[in-house]
Amino acid sequence: MAGPVLEMRSIVKTFPGVKALSDVTLAVRRGEVHAICGENGAGKSTLMKVLSGVHPHGSYEGDILFEGETCRFKDIRASEQHGIVIIHQELALVPYLSIAENIFLGNEHAKRGLINWNDTLRHAGELLRRVGLDEHPETRVADIGVGKQQLVEIAKALSKKVKLLILDEPTAALNDEDSGKLLDLILSLKEQGMTSIIISHKLNEIRRVADSVTIIRDGRSIETLDVKAAGTTEDRIISGMVGRDLENRFPERTPHHPEEGTAPALEIRNWTVHHPIDQQRKVVDDVSVEVRRGEIVGIAGLMGAGRTELAMSVFGRSYGRYAGGTVLRDGTEIRTKTVPEAIRHGIAYATEDRKYYGLNLIDTINRNISLTALGKVAKRGVVDEHGERQVAEDFRTSMNIKAPTVFEPVGKLSGGNQQKVVLSKWIFAGPEVLILDEPTRGIDVGAKYEIYTVIDQLAAQGKAVVFISSELPELLGMCDRIYTMAAGRLTGEFSRAEASQEALMRQMTKDKEVTP
Amino acid sequence: MSTDVTAPTPAPAPPGKSGPASGDSLLQLMLGGMRRNMRQYGMLMALGLIVVLFAVWSDGDLLLPRNVSNLVLQNSYILILAIGMMLVIIAGHIDLSVGSLTAFIGAMAAVLMVEHSLPWPLAVVLCLAIGAVAGAMQGFFIAYLGIPSFIVTLAGMLLFRGLTEIFLKGQTLGPFPKDLQKIANGFLPEVGPDTNYHNLTLLLGFALIAFVVLQEVRDRKRQQEFALDVPPAKLFVLKLVALVSAVLVVTLLLASYKGAPVVLLILGVLVVGFGYVMRNAIIGRHIYAIGGNLPAAKLSGVKDKKVTFLVFLNMGMLAALAGLVFAARFNAASPKAGLNFELEAIAASFIGGASMSGGVGTVLGAIIGGLVLGVLNNGMNLVGIGTDYQQVIKGLVLLAAVGFDVWNKRKVGS
Repeated sequence: MAGPVLEMRSIVKTFPGVKALSDVTLAVRRGEVHAICGENGAGKSTLMKVLSGVHPHGSYEGDILFEGETCRFKDIRASEQHGIVIIHQELALVPYLSIAENIFLGNEHAKRGLINWNDTLRHAGELLRRVGLDEHPETRVADIGVGKQQLVEIAKALSKKVKLLILDEPTAALNDEDSGKLLDLILSLKEQGMTSIIISHKLNEIRRVADSVTIIRDGRSIETLDVKAAGTTEDRIISGMVGRDLENRFPERTPHHPEEGTAPALEIRNWTVHHPIDQQRKVVDDVSVEVRRGEIVGIAGLMGAGRTELAMSVFGRSYGRYAGGTVLRDGTEIRTKTVPEAIRHGIAYATEDRKYYGLNLIDTINRNISLTALGKVAKRGVVDEHGERQVAEDFRTSMNIKAPTVFEPVGKLSGGNQQKVVLSKWIFAGPEVLILDEPTRGIDVGAKYEIYTVIDQLAAQGKAVVFISSELPELLGMCDRIYTMAAGRLTGEFSRAEASQEALMRQMTKDKEVTP
Repeated sequence: MSTDVTAPTPAPAPPGKSGPASGDSLLQLMLGGMRRNMRQYGMLMALGLIVVLFAVWSDGDLLLPRNVSNLVLQNSYILILAIGMMLVIIAGHIDLSVGSLTAFIGAMAAVLMVEHSLPWPLAVVLCLAIGAVAGAMQGFFIAYLGIPSFIVTLAGMLLFRGLTEIFLKGQTLGPFPKDLQKIANGFLPEVGPDTNYHNLTLLLGFALIAFVVLQEVRDRKRQQEFALDVPPAKLFVLKLVALVSAVLVVTLLLASYKGAPVVLLILGVLVVGFGYVMRNAIIGRHIYAIGGNLPAAKLSGVKDKKVTFLVFLNMGMLAALAGLVFAARFNAASPKAGLNFELEAIAASFIGGASMSGGVGTVLGAIIGGLVLGVLNNGMNLVGIGTDYQQVIKGLVLLAAVGFDVWNKRKVGS
């Protein structure tokens, strides 16, 4: 293997209010499979967007050298012309076009605007053979499974004379068999001389296909390890991913000691959910968890672990297809088939995706907060606007929402303040059990501390809190007990004393063959 | 609530930064308040401009008492439809069937009253019920079966138009009972001594003024009680003066002719009622929420399907009311009635500040939008612009209004 084909030097990328990459250096050798791993939000995807021109030259600092040349990509097209092709987690195929049409989309075999179908089909057939996909090129993409669609994406990349193939969590949506095939394909492409970068947090996958692995944490490249070297164990990689200090970032908490004998505030038993479209796939598989009053219980897991899906399914069957399981509140079984039922039983779910699921961005702070429980500020179906405004003002003060008035549209607020509005609206609903899904995602350190304080107060008031997060330090800093999930299953349960970043990460990166 | 009749949002005018500091000039305060409600003030000013333009151009004919009266009568059914359409659009949908439904209800009314000689009050109630059922059916397909509203109501548009022709056998059917005609075409009764003015209209106008002032003052007091920021006193007085003089002018104009048309009263009740519901009732909030962000509304416990269903049911009922008014006004049900009414109502909503993606708009906005179109129609007729150019101009106005909105939003950066 020769010297580096790609070098990224001291890449810095800032978004308004957030530093996504603070200093990343990456060197990929020609002909190797290079893995990048790190926690959610560590900056892996941002780095790849910088490389592929999604974030154009000029919007970041640092240099990119590809095949010895300095690159200044202004868009994806420019990077593709150099032979750098990225395949995103969310596949970018047009479902109702054929495989062949998808492969050559934007790059058609055509003369004077007319497509040469003979050429197209022949060439598509060759590419499909190369990726080992046994389908006719005229088959609609919608009619083949996700695993095969992934192969079509790779065929599409090959058609562009790809020199560096980037795969962003390629197996996240695949079952074991398809994952295996895909990994084999990556290895066989490597034998043909292809260089690839694979983003993954499945350590067994990395060990199987990668030659070296670069670990990214908090927007910095921590280290690059030779996977085949004797010292590179999974534990070694894990310690690189999590090695962070935990000082003073959390409010002082007196750990809760659940009183014996009483029933948990919320208990979920044997919950199973199938994927909404691919109904063979279990997204949540026989999960049982419980949380008591005054307790903060964490659920740790990485992308695709099924935490959000579990929470949303329990909260009014808002995700996927329910396939079994019961919910108990204070020991009695309850129905949570619709969201209003769940709310009536004192459950609240604050979403991880505040822009899509959490807020009406074009509406004002006061109206967003009151929506979950309009009845509380209304008499006989009529909202008392002054009372509503007062409620919103109170939350603005107590949650320290930074906005000139409560009549500000929430779309204009920063991420941290939007998150405070989401929490306000669910606290206003007056729940006994709060499920908080990534409540600190994408917000700055100061706002994080404020939100931790609010969560702590909620627990102190006797609410039961389920805290879903992929940031281990915050779980360790805040929770009385932590569950881990991986690939839809519960893989572990730790008391505050037992839990450590390494122990949690080990359970979070367990793949399907390991059962708890 | 009365503020919904005559003024755009009882504005949380400029509190915050500038505060009630008396140092600011009145103009600055006004501009500050206007910037917050650019869309509505913009359209209100455009309406004012159009009125002034045509008043001058037609040598004052536009503002002759008789013409003002006419303006109300001519536009009443479009305005009724626009109210319902605004709700539909806020909820993130569209209704293409209302023109046909208007004609269909006219036909039903004629069949019931002319062919079967049913007493008119009973027929009216039946017609409203039929409209509600028609709307509910469409609402069911849209809300519970998830068929896009564009498709369902496009089907409804064809279906109701066809049914109209079937029931009328392609003929025009009339005349309607005198009492019903009076509702659509008539004026409030004459009472009291001869004052050169229509007494009841004056009385109603004064009552409205008193009500507006009282409501505004009470609102302001309550805000102060809650220790909330209130607009500065100067601005408040200015707003009151503007409100009172607007109501006064319209009252005097109408009272110096035959008085207020009966439909104006109906329209007023609808505007106040729906304005109040959309602003203050839980169901109103839920309509805004599902139009603004459906997934978030669902996860907040809003019963989105039920709300959508009710919005279409309501639209059907209002279309029935418009159909009755239209048929009674022309004293006949015609197979060609209500042609393009859906487009007029949709245009009124968008001119009045609705957004294609839903979640935005006010009932008052729909009325302003409808009036912009109505005054344009009427004014252009007065100055003798042909219907060919009228259409071109109305098209440009719609484009300009929405274009201005898009441009304004981009500038603000929200």
